[in-house]
Amino acid sequence: MAVLRMRDALREALREEMRRNPKIFLMGEDIGKYGGSYAVTAGLLEEFGEERVRDTPIAESVIVGAGIGAAMAGYHPMVELMTINFSFLALDQIVNNAAKLLYMSNGQINVPLVIRMASGGGSQLGATHSHSLEGLYAHFPGLKVVCPAFPADAKGLLKRAFRDENTVIFIEHTANYGIRGEVPDDPDFLIEFGQANVVREGRDVTIVGYSGSVHQALRAADMLAEQEEIEAEVIDLRTLRPLDIATVVDSVRKTNRCVVVEDDWKFGGFAGEIAALVMEHAFDWLDAPVARVSSKDVPMPYNRTLEYAALPSEEDVVDAVLAMF
Amino acid sequence: MTTRATTPEVLERIGRERLLEFLYQMVFIRRFEERAGELYTKGKIRGFLHLYTGQEACAVGAISVLRPEDRVVSHYRDHGHAIVKGVDPKAVMAELFGKATGCAGGRGGSMHLFDVSKNFLGGYAIVAGHMPIAVGLALAAKMSGEDWIAMCIFGDGSIAEGEFHESLNLAALWKLPVLWFCENNLYGMGVHLKDSLVTEITRLASAYEMPAVKVDGMDVIAVYEATREAVEYVRREKRPYFIEAETYRYRGHSMADPELYRVKEEVEQARKRDAIERLRRQLEEVGWLDEAGFRAIIDRAETEVEACVQFAEESPEPGIDTLYHHVLKGDPHGRPTNA
Repeated sequence: MAVLRMRDALREALREEMRRNPKIFLMGEDIGKYGGSYAVTAGLLEEFGEERVRDTPIAESVIVGAGIGAAMAGYHPMVELMTINFSFLALDQIVNNAAKLLYMSNGQINVPLVIRMASGGGSQLGATHSHSLEGLYAHFPGLKVVCPAFPADAKGLLKRAFRDENTVIFIEHTANYGIRGEVPDDPDFLIEFGQANVVREGRDVTIVGYSGSVHQALRAADMLAEQEEIEAEVIDLRTLRPLDIATVVDSVRKTNRCVVVEDDWKFGGFAGEIAALVMEHAFDWLDAPVARVSSKDVPMPYNRTLEYAALPSEEDVVDAVLAMF
Repeated sequence: MTTRATTPEVLERIGRERLLEFLYQMVFIRRFEERAGELYTKGKIRGFLHLYTGQEACAVGAISVLRPEDRVVSHYRDHGHAIVKGVDPKAVMAELFGKATGCAGGRGGSMHLFDVSKNFLGGYAIVAGHMPIAVGLALAAKMSGEDWIAMCIFGDGSIAEGEFHESLNLAALWKLPVLWFCENNLYGMGVHLKDSLVTEITRLASAYEMPAVKVDGMDVIAVYEATREAVEYVRREKRPYFIEAETYRYRGHSMADPELYRVKEEVEQARKRDAIERLRRQLEEVGWLDEAGFRAIIDRAETEVEACVQFAEESPEPGIDTLYHHVLKGDPHGRPTNA
């Protein structure tokens, strides 16, 4: 067990998996000589060489498509798209090829590919560079979508992604890269997909989050406990597809209240999916409608005050909880 | 355009048997496509159906050069490519019918044929969407040190797509063994090439630092000869190569096409260059084929195509219980956990 930042835990996962499986190689924008724009891949070029750590042109579609092609021919590539904002340029490859080839080919072709990307706002990068669209990728059958909140989960889930025979969209919130936590150094440490984690136990309300919003939920839970004597249970979904709704439903049946927190927009976002599933599975247990705390319905502004107003805050979470009592 | 006179020496080198096989394959594909068109109007085949008649020399001349282990990815006008790569035409027809015995189990349809056992890795229906995949296949070939190559077949409609440029650049930059094979049938659906491209196709390819040749795509011998040289180069040099085959489709873009963008005379003019007629004449001139021999080829093709139709007709539909199969590998039901 060592205390690592999330970016270091991710790098450990990549390093261990590349040592384990020679069919794994990395491709992406500035992952080699530059070391990765969030320093996740720093040092890997030196250890594994240019053949397995490939700097690419800025051409998202061919990077992902080449990953798909290599995966079809026996490799297990990881493609880094720098950020989720740039993944729009590869959306056709992800949605029409990676997600569908197994089905369209009647099971003949699977695409064992890991696509990593950073997400999230809060850094004053403006409207084009601040997306949180984990839910968009979770929309498509044929993909798996992973979005860790803690260093240990990041390592265990990323290592698990390289044991999967399908395409895994692995999304990392930029605010999480520097978070520290204890991380197992056992090379066989894996975290299964589809297992949500109760990161704080409580009896009064269930707060559901993923990626960056888990930390907001935890801060809000602390505030509720200190100021209002409300004990919130906080659930980290960890993966959106497959989704562990059972853990959420079990919690809601205990607390009778549910708030979902996410950085995505509310309209058409993933929180709506959670709310609908809770309604389907725990309607009779609810004492209040499921609440959603999301980004405001605007493109992300650059100005610091405006950006703060556009993003969900822990105060918003507290207010949403208090409105239920 | 690389036009070489088809001398008796060239015919001799390719050989009578192979040339007669080329003729048979072209006749077979034409008959297959004509029957598919008829069956579409009868409602046996649904969805989009893009027929390949007129372009047969491209598939036959180019894919015949490949080895079984070479990988092919193609576009949505893909029946001919699949058949020449060795996919059982019965399974292709059954796929058009949407039957369980189809080469994609009825899940793909005309535009999405697959047969991994023949290294036919798909028909792709988003224009240029398979070009990046060809780059990845060729990357895998290179990294593994194996001797196979990737062939990517696409239409002139792909040239203005960003993925065309991304893919040619990366294939050249990384020196990957991929053969780009452009079937230029002059129209991207209904838009003429001159209305969508500012320059020559091969000039673009040359700009990406790879050999680029133009060939008469309605001359199966010319296509075969050009592809043979190209494949030798790609296999030897482990680098990309580009062929533009000038061809023409006799039918509309799909079965839904009223063909308002071209005149009948243009189609008739193209038919004068017909690849089947050309090869037939060439073989007759050297005494390798006579009227009766050609008739026998047509009869055999018709019989074989009817066997495909019968197979497709008699095959079962996929069961509704299989609906969720193959969404995710390792999860036979494909359902997201607990949702």
